[in-house]
Amino acid sequence: MAATGENGDLKLTPLHDLHEELGARMVPFAGYTMPVQFNDGIMAEHLHTRSSAGLFDVSHMGQAFLIGPDHETTARALEALTPSNFIELGLGRQRYTVLLNDEGGIIDDIMVTRSVSEDDDGRLMLVVNAARKEIDYAHFRDRLPDNVRLEVVEERALIAVQGPQAVEVVAAHAPKVTDLAFMSASSMEFDGIDCHVGRAGYTGEDGVEMSVPAGVAEPIARALLADDRVAPIGLGARDSLRLEAGLCLYGHDIDETTSPVEGAITFCMQKRRRMEGGFPGADRIRSELDEKPGRLRVGLLLEGRAPAREGAEIALPGGPVVGMVTSGGFAPTVGAPIAMGYVPTEHADSGTQLELIVRNRRLPARVVEMPFVPNRYYRKPKT
Amino acid sequence: MTTYYSKDHEWISVEGDVATVGITNYAQEQLGDVVYVELPETGKELAQGDEAAVVESVKAASEVYAPLDGEVVEANEALADEPAKVNEDPEGAAWFMKQKVANPGQLSDLMDEAAYKAYVETL
Repeated sequence: MAATGENGDLKLTPLHDLHEELGARMVPFAGYTMPVQFNDGIMAEHLHTRSSAGLFDVSHMGQAFLIGPDHETTARALEALTPSNFIELGLGRQRYTVLLNDEGGIIDDIMVTRSVSEDDDGRLMLVVNAARKEIDYAHFRDRLPDNVRLEVVEERALIAVQGPQAVEVVAAHAPKVTDLAFMSASSMEFDGIDCHVGRAGYTGEDGVEMSVPAGVAEPIARALLADDRVAPIGLGARDSLRLEAGLCLYGHDIDETTSPVEGAITFCMQKRRRMEGGFPGADRIRSELDEKPGRLRVGLLLEGRAPAREGAEIALPGGPVVGMVTSGGFAPTVGAPIAMGYVPTEHADSGTQLELIVRNRRLPARVVEMPFVPNRYYRKPKT
Repeated sequence: MTTYYSKDHEWISVEGDVATVGITNYAQEQLGDVVYVELPETGKELAQGDEAAVVESVKAASEVYAPLDGEVVEANEALADEPAKVNEDPEGAAWFMKQKVANPGQLSDLMDEAAYKAYVETL
């Protein structure tokens, strides 16, 4: 998204000036200069998001549309590249999926939204990881049928507001947001500005992600930050929040070698697709589903205070190394270090005792269910 | 008592032949919230530049290097239970270790407070 900085090749998001004004510590990330934290620090930002509302600039992520003549055609084109069901995805509904390579490895994990209006049905909106944009787009261009095209969206920002107060805060400017169910999206006005708002996020909390024109991103962010309940949150807390929520970070917890079965994200594979196949790497994925994969991504809770980070080896107690930590750190809400990593499936059951090797020391840990902190996604009350 | 500073952002307070070592306020600001400190064992012989301790923030682990040669005579065990002290009082209660000054000549490699302040200004 948007302009290249004066120094070097790092790109700036439309909220760059605001970040600097707010005292952000900026770091290079996926070709952008991004705020890693603001004045209060990662711990405070993390806890604020869990208790109130945090504003995240995620404009570095890629926004694009798949555009075909009708929903079924566009959905089929995406189904050919992913293991998810898009044909039956409802109007205005969102779905998390993975782009698969021919070996069933994950090219990227992406969020897909079907247009809410029948008038422009046949369009699926994609949000992809910043570091994977060019790879994903090239893959789509290479594989899409002639009647479905990729349209990359430029000049738009993406602002996430996450936390138990997030929707209430946004509703003061965009009252329609309260009508949204979890994982659904709609166009709506925010203080009179046309925005596209989805009720989703990557923190385990209720909240929204808003796609807004780049030129109005800053006034929208300022309007949200004017509410005392909202604090700006950097990438540091975004990472610790998603780790506690048990969510994967592409390039760390999942990559081109891991399948969605190994990565324990089979929730993105709906029943019809599992039965029918017809996606890249279907043979591998089918056999992993039937016979269990050789390895699985698991959550790990450490017993002591020392964190184990990405790259730490996972060993059987007093025994050999059997796996590797792919994400790890101190979990502010849990109040203890947590990690995720891959272990052989026979050692992946909850309660299994393992050791994580940090600086030649073996730290006791056990396999736990994820998320580490209960999800608090919005569920519509039954009427 | 004289206090010295290293380019690795440690403070070294020397009294007689014992140096108390900690990290500076600048260092703790850069690290952010400290969640764990791993200290050397008492009796460990350190050479200048050896990895002496590890301080972990939410985001990352950072090494603390021995500013001088000498045996560790005491480690601040209070930091094990209260690592956040490093953020609250880095140049006081949150000292990391006390070290015998085996080679006083090495003190001349270090900066005084004015020189350290000037050094931080350049970062």
